[in-house]
Amino acid sequence: MANVIINREIARQYTEGQTEIEVTSDNIRAVIRELDARFPGVGQVLRTDMAVAIDGEIYQDVLLEPVGPNSEVAFIPAIEGG
Amino acid sequence: MNDTAIPGNGEYKWVGKRTIRPDGVDKVTGRAAYGADYSMPGMLFGKVLRSPHAHARIVKIDTSKAEALKGVKAVITAADWPEIPPQRASKGTAPVNFCHLSDNLMARRKVLYDGHAVAAVAATSPQIAKRAAKLIDVEYEVLPHVIDPVEAAADGAPLLHEDLFTGGLEEKPSAPSNVANRVKFAIGDIDVGFAAADEIVEREYTTKAVHQGYIEPHAVTANMSEDGTATVWSSSQGQFMIRQYCAGLLEVPASNIRVIPAEIGGGFGGKTTVWLEPHALLLSKKAGRPVKMQMSRDEVFRASGPTSGSWMKIKIGAKKDGTITAGQAEYKFQAGAYPGSPVQLACMCGFTPYDIENVESVGYDIVVNRPKATAYRAPGAPIGAYGIESALHELARKLDLDPMEMRLKNAAKQGTKTSYGPTLGVVGNIETMTAAKDHDHYKAPLGENQGRGVASGFWFNVGGETSCAVSLLEDGSVMVTSGSPDIGGSRASLCNMAAEVLGCDVENVKAIIADTSSLGFNRHTGGSRVTFAAGIVVTDATKDIVQQLRERAALIWDIDVDAVEWVDGEARPAGPNAGEFEPLTLADIAGKTLETGGPINAKKSMNVQAPGPAFGTHIVDVEVDKETGHVTILRYTAVQDVGKAVHPSYVEGQIQGGAAQGVGWALNEEYIYDDQGRMENPGFLDYRIPVASDLPMIEAVMVEVANPTHPFGVRGVGEVPIIPPMAAIANAIEDAVGVRMADLPMSPPKVLAALDAAD
Repeated sequence: MANVIINREIARQYTEGQTEIEVTSDNIRAVIRELDARFPGVGQVLRTDMAVAIDGEIYQDVLLEPVGPNSEVAFIPAIEGG
Repeated sequence: MNDTAIPGNGEYKWVGKRTIRPDGVDKVTGRAAYGADYSMPGMLFGKVLRSPHAHARIVKIDTSKAEALKGVKAVITAADWPEIPPQRASKGTAPVNFCHLSDNLMARRKVLYDGHAVAAVAATSPQIAKRAAKLIDVEYEVLPHVIDPVEAAADGAPLLHEDLFTGGLEEKPSAPSNVANRVKFAIGDIDVGFAAADEIVEREYTTKAVHQGYIEPHAVTANMSEDGTATVWSSSQGQFMIRQYCAGLLEVPASNIRVIPAEIGGGFGGKTTVWLEPHALLLSKKAGRPVKMQMSRDEVFRASGPTSGSWMKIKIGAKKDGTITAGQAEYKFQAGAYPGSPVQLACMCGFTPYDIENVESVGYDIVVNRPKATAYRAPGAPIGAYGIESALHELARKLDLDPMEMRLKNAAKQGTKTSYGPTLGVVGNIETMTAAKDHDHYKAPLGENQGRGVASGFWFNVGGETSCAVSLLEDGSVMVTSGSPDIGGSRASLCNMAAEVLGCDVENVKAIIADTSSLGFNRHTGGSRVTFAAGIVVTDATKDIVQQLRERAALIWDIDVDAVEWVDGEARPAGPNAGEFEPLTLADIAGKTLETGGPINAKKSMNVQAPGPAFGTHIVDVEVDKETGHVTILRYTAVQDVGKAVHPSYVEGQIQGGAAQGVGWALNEEYIYDDQGRMENPGFLDYRIPVASDLPMIEAVMVEVANPTHPFGVRGVGEVPIIPPMAAIANAIEDAVGVRMADLPMSPPKVLAALDAAD
């Protein structure tokens, strides 16, 4: 199962404090849906102004990026550079 | 996923070579056309009237005298702009709040900083426009102001926005505040970490707002027709961004606006938004004639966006052997007049060069009566690094450890879990720090009142929406079309990569930057993204061209395409069984396109991902004049993991430029305000950026740890080099004369005062 990592602030509000959550989904959209089904409301937060790092590589504005069974999926704020 | 197939075995013909820059001749001869170089028949000249107050309510604006002046063709105020309510602040993929952006470009009810636009005029000459602007009568009710983030966050501070409530708190606040948002990132338990430490350093630091200091002020020419369609010529970091923002602000279809990019005289993040384009469009619409507008340097300082000034408190603990056990940071950043400082990025970047079990970073985004903060190279990261890398140096000294050895002992590497969430992939942090430690600079002797400092920095890098085209022209030459303004040498880099894939002479390939009608959307040039992202798209498109060339050769020879290979810029039979044919060059195939299916082109669009983060470590030697407090930079070495330097000269230029800007940020640059909140130094005579005589030759050392997601291993390079300089110089000053400078800039009066206090 893939391991999802979310910020403590989001975890405090939506996932009963859990910052690491195991999921079975195989792409980002499915991961968000799975999390939202378990923790109602977190899906909207993760879809808004958030990027995702899959196994350490940052992806912004993606839904269908594949997630491996042992992947680390970290939701992070979207990044704008100079 | 990006296509990671590498065309070659790592030994390249053009990638990594210092090819002749395609924009060089026009720039040194003055032929290159920048934002202010465009003119049209019947063109008018625009001028913005700006607030002289830091904070005031607009009671009344009377434009009648200006409109009556001969030669004046149009006057606009906020009444001429669509008012964008908070419900429509977010539009499509644009990463801005259109409600705030609109209000920042033309004040509607209140002015929020010295320089805030309140009206604009268009007239037949710049002189008439200037006189007309002075004839506009604005009645203000002056309000108390606040420019310091700590004061702005305190109870009883003058309130900028009555509808701004702090986000990110456990409970929704009941009263409005200047604190727009609170963010927090944490890993482990800092209480446990500090309890395990043998030594702890804790200190407060402050930095001042500094401007990007691009040489070319903002300039635009706009022409809006009676049918609502418009053309804009402007210098920016993104012509598609200009179109997107103007369409959103003026609420017109994006298809109505065509933006033609000019050459750009520096941006560094400051040209990632619109400043004059919507004004010029509205004036042109109202006057029925083209309108040209330029900012003076005074306006650039007062009305465009510097980066944030800040207050921060940093605490780091370590064991006697140098193992860092905990790091804690609290940041208060000036956002300027509207929310959106880079405090979140400071929180995310600051401790990332190190593998630390227990980290907590908290940031506050605070509005103040200053121009809205805008991106500046690695937004937020240099500010956080100044505090953290300074504290780390102090800690190393307390533990009697070499500062570079201590950094290496704790260096983040592949597999390190960051405090903002992800585990790092392939990165070159240890390689970079090791190259710095082994450099002869680090061992060179120092004289009296001389000192050496080091500091490190991290930046994520960025990918994003990118569209490019590659075309085989009728004579066999090749045109690469990019939609991202070339600020740091992307045309040369794209030519190198296309020539590499084609196997042809790089002189046979040219690159241009297209207008918004020529390609699909491109994110602006920023975040160190273009050579990485456009490189992937151009490489992909060029591979497509190679495939088409093989297919055309197969047609000409009447054999199967699998029997054709592309080698060294020509089609050849793949082996003896394919038949005996003379090789076909690009020119040969280009000459037969009519009979083989028509033109050969490839257009590609991608949302490029996985940019590959980068790290840098700088070494600097300074000499402090104890009589004057003046700090001389004696020697500077900047080491950085660049992935693969596609064009090493440009990469070195990026590293040297970032370090030079960091020297200015460290030693001299600051926005200075009087007690009325008016900027006192809006010009390069009083706002002192470094000049050539202030700097030694900055040695750029390129470490190449290939980014596995890029076909040539590229990582972005433009952001990292501005992150370490301020801390490195502060550390060098302490090494030289034993005083810790915790307030930027470290200008002669401040250094002298610190020396006097230490005596």
